[in-house]
Amino acid sequence: MSALRTSSASVALVLAGGALLAGATDGFQAFTSEAARRVAVHERMVMAPPVALETEAGDRINLAELRGKWLLVDFVYTRCQTLCLALGSDFARLEDDLAGPIASGRVRLLSVSFDPSNDSPRELAAYLERFHRRGPGWLAARPTNAAGLIELKRRFGVTVVPDGFGGYIHNAGIHLVDPQGRIVEILDFGAPDAIVQSLRGFGVA
Amino acid sequence: MTAQMLVQLPLLAVAGYLLGLALPVRVAASLAHWNHRGVTGLVLASLASAYWMLPRLLDASVTEPWVAALKFASVPLLVGLPLAQSWPRSGFVVRGVFLLELIATLFRLGWLYLVSPLRLCNNYLIDDQQRLGQILIAAGAMLFLWIACKLLWGRFDLTRYAGEWTDGRSAPSQPAFTDPPGRS
Repeated sequence: MSALRTSSASVALVLAGGALLAGATDGFQAFTSEAARRVAVHERMVMAPPVALETEAGDRINLAELRGKWLLVDFVYTRCQTLCLALGSDFARLEDDLAGPIASGRVRLLSVSFDPSNDSPRELAAYLERFHRRGPGWLAARPTNAAGLIELKRRFGVTVVPDGFGGYIHNAGIHLVDPQGRIVEILDFGAPDAIVQSLRGFGVA
Repeated sequence: MTAQMLVQLPLLAVAGYLLGLALPVRVAASLAHWNHRGVTGLVLASLASAYWMLPRLLDASVTEPWVAALKFASVPLLVGLPLAQSWPRSGFVVRGVFLLELIATLFRLGWLYLVSPLRLCNNYLIDDQQRLGQILIAAGAMLFLWIACKLLWGRFDLTRYAGEWTDGRSAPSQPAFTDPPGRS
């Protein structure tokens, strides 16, 4: 009978659809890609990629060389007048709040530019200057090649779109990378206390 | 964002709808056994479209080619095609429920996009999101007005829906793939 077949087919569809929807939203936790990338680092092992960088001092380093320390990473471009200012002042605050672990070399702050063609070491240094950087515990760097930039954005889940006025709109967060190079947490900007708290939870600070 | 939700997705659904109209009669007839009054098809179309309306998947279909491929295949086959197979079979009540839910969805999503201070898709700008919100609300309002006008002043061929009230079992003598009576 077609009514019976229809109701069983519909129920089966609803169940299958619900399961698919649950799968697509990490169990109804993450409906946006911003939430998804935060859930992802908890549920999977996401490694910070070994990407070649050039720092504000002109030094060529590799992100992998920073393993062994806890890293707080944010992604910025130096002409940014919006989110990056908030991120920058968070890092300035964190540089004070985490002065101890930074001085002992357990924690490093790293601002990575996703606009490497514009953000030369000079621009990066000026960016740090703007936030009155205290010392070498806070690095600013740009990827030295396009493939590195793509890999960084992919692994960290950073999406950058042109804003139509020569600048960029990007998602912002502060990424916590453990000494093994795993991205272990992505936290909101504007709440440096929560970041200190989280580091404390990991036994740092 | 506006272009993806209001141009691309509907066009994909229309492509599937046309495909559904062109389905061989035998295939359509065997599908109809499982699609009493079009309910199964409308459930499938609703679920599949809900899936592709998730902000996360709007984003992913821009950045991940395999998600985009999945979207291009599934929106015609799981939204458009079942709609074409189901709408002509569904009666007054089923259509009413579906349209009401569609209007509610347009309003809900529109309102969310309009008031959210956050970008729900990382690939799209906030003004795009707000414009989409406005258009969704306008579309919901227009659909509502159209249905209201139809209910108040429209002409209904009630013989077409008569079976819905008198006959709980669909008449097996009438092959389901022919046009419903009263449709000329």
